[in-house]
Amino acid sequence: MENKDLVQYIYGIADNALILGQRLSELCGHGPNLETDIALTNISLDLFGQTRSYFQYAAQLLGEDKTEDDVAFLRTERQYKNVLLVEQPNTNFAYTIARQFLFDVFHLSLLENLQNSSDATLNAIAKKSIKEVSYHLRFSGDWVKRLGDGTEISKQKIQEAVNALWRYTDELFHLTEADKVAVEGRIGVDTSQLKDAYYEKVEELLQEATLTIPEEKYFQKGGKQGVHTEHMGYLLADMQYMQRAYPNMKW
Amino acid sequence: MSEAQIKNLEEMFEQRIANDEKIEPKDWMPEKYRKTHIRQISQHAHSEIIGMLPEGNWISRAPSLRRKVALLAKVQDEAGHGLYLYSACETLGISRDELYEQLHSGKAKYSSIFNYPTITWADIGAIGWLVDGAAIINQVPLCNTSYGPYARAMIRVCKEESFHQRQGYEIMMTLAKGTPEQKEMAQDALNRWWWPSMMMFGPTDDMSTHTEQSMKWKLKRKTNDELRQQFVDQTVPQADLLGLKMPDSDLKWNEEKGRYDFGEIDWDEFWQVVKGHGPCNKERMAARVNAWEEGEWVRDAAMEYAKKQEAKKLNKAV
Ligand SMILES: [Fe+2]
Ligand SMILES: [Fe+2]
Ligand SMILES: [Fe+2]
Repeated sequence: MENKDLVQYIYGIADNALILGQRLSELCGHGPNLETDIALTNISLDLFGQTRSYFQYAAQLLGEDKTEDDVAFLRTERQYKNVLLVEQPNTNFAYTIARQFLFDVFHLSLLENLQNSSDATLNAIAKKSIKEVSYHLRFSGDWVKRLGDGTEISKQKIQEAVNALWRYTDELFHLTEADKVAVEGRIGVDTSQLKDAYYEKVEELLQEATLTIPEEKYFQKGGKQGVHTEHMGYLLADMQYMQRAYPNMKW
Repeated sequence: MSEAQIKNLEEMFEQRIANDEKIEPKDWMPEKYRKTHIRQISQHAHSEIIGMLPEGNWISRAPSLRRKVALLAKVQDEAGHGLYLYSACETLGISRDELYEQLHSGKAKYSSIFNYPTITWADIGAIGWLVDGAAIINQVPLCNTSYGPYARAMIRVCKEESFHQRQGYEIMMTLAKGTPEQKEMAQDALNRWWWPSMMMFGPTDDMSTHTEQSMKWKLKRKTNDELRQQFVDQTVPQADLLGLKMPDSDLKWNEEKGRYDFGEIDWDEFWQVVKGHGPCNKERMAARVNAWEEGEWVRDAAMEYAKKQEAKKLNKAV
């Protein structure tokens, strides 16, 4: 697999961690209580840690003295390959939890497969991240249950969030060109194969949380091709502000 | 209990403190001791939590991944400090909800320094260096304070605060050694944060109340002015090393006294911010109240869920 394809494959995985980490970091200091604030920040920290491992590798593959920060901060919106799900805003705590849960189930099964990658670096990052992501899933899954089987209000809010975000789940299983090349080279994971198990697992937990499985027929896609929702530009404007306003400096 | 008995208990109590014994939650203590400690520990806890806001303001815009992670971890540490301190305070017989209620109603105070805005990235460096630096000087003596849970919380807190201070200074150093634009950013942050940091030690000794009592209970070891002097003497050489200039034209080394002389603090500004009219008092309170109110349905849900789970367990057991 050529370096430039491998880099694209890495973006497809790492940008999810970066953008979701960024979203969660916006909440630091504003959580519903201290314990939850600390836990969400932990998840954000884990995701940024994973991002750095992937991007250091990508920078090395790109050569020309590229750094993790060039990769993280200096691409245009169309060059970020995260799924639409992770860029969705922190509308309220229910949305934050639903987004996390819908991503965590996917993320864990992706890593479980990526740890068999023939690429030693990706394989090592996956192995290291699995423990973290299992914890994320336990946290988000527990909160889905608490909110679903909590009060009338919380049930209504989490149901609404799950319904609203459901249309972004199908994209998780689309294969890009870079994905296909990586799968062929036994480096990447064929995520289309993870789809059935994903919905089974998600639906099982939603049922346990006494929630209704959404009956969505129309799904959204585009993130993996760099065609994002309108939220993405603002997220990047915020995240890239310093690097854009003060180019070529060390921080 | 007769008055004589209480008097006797009080004497024994003061004696224990004088002997450097720790007071523990289950021990008898004078009502005034309890109240003073609730006030001070909760004020400290509130400061940690409000303190998350000005720095949190830069997490989403941190200039590199390394800085972003470090800042996020720092702000999270402050949440942890709040947590230990609220727990210490709760051992004195007050609930966390009551403490929050006091904060949100404006009855309880928090450190005024967090009512200043963070407007550039260099402010994050300046806060770590100066604000965490001043906090350490204020707090290190509390590691030996008389109330056990408070002293133990402070030992953990102080360890992390010195890490924050080094990290802040390192941000300043990077800026000071950077481009002219970066150096200017660092100087500007120092200009804006120096005097508010000096105010963190409180009013001058002649204006300060209940110092004597606090000394006896080891809530204080040195006076406000002594601590402020220590801060100046420690910080000026650090600014020199950065190649930055202190925003105080009266600042100069006093050979005879072996310390720095410095200019007058703007006490009008100090009192204005203390009374709730600083640049960000309203925003800070609004952010806390908002997080608390928006979080109510979440906390309710967690409680309701726990109740249901408990009931299920009981049912199974029957
Ligand atoms: Fe502190
Ligand atoms: Fe702190
Ligand atoms: Fe700190």
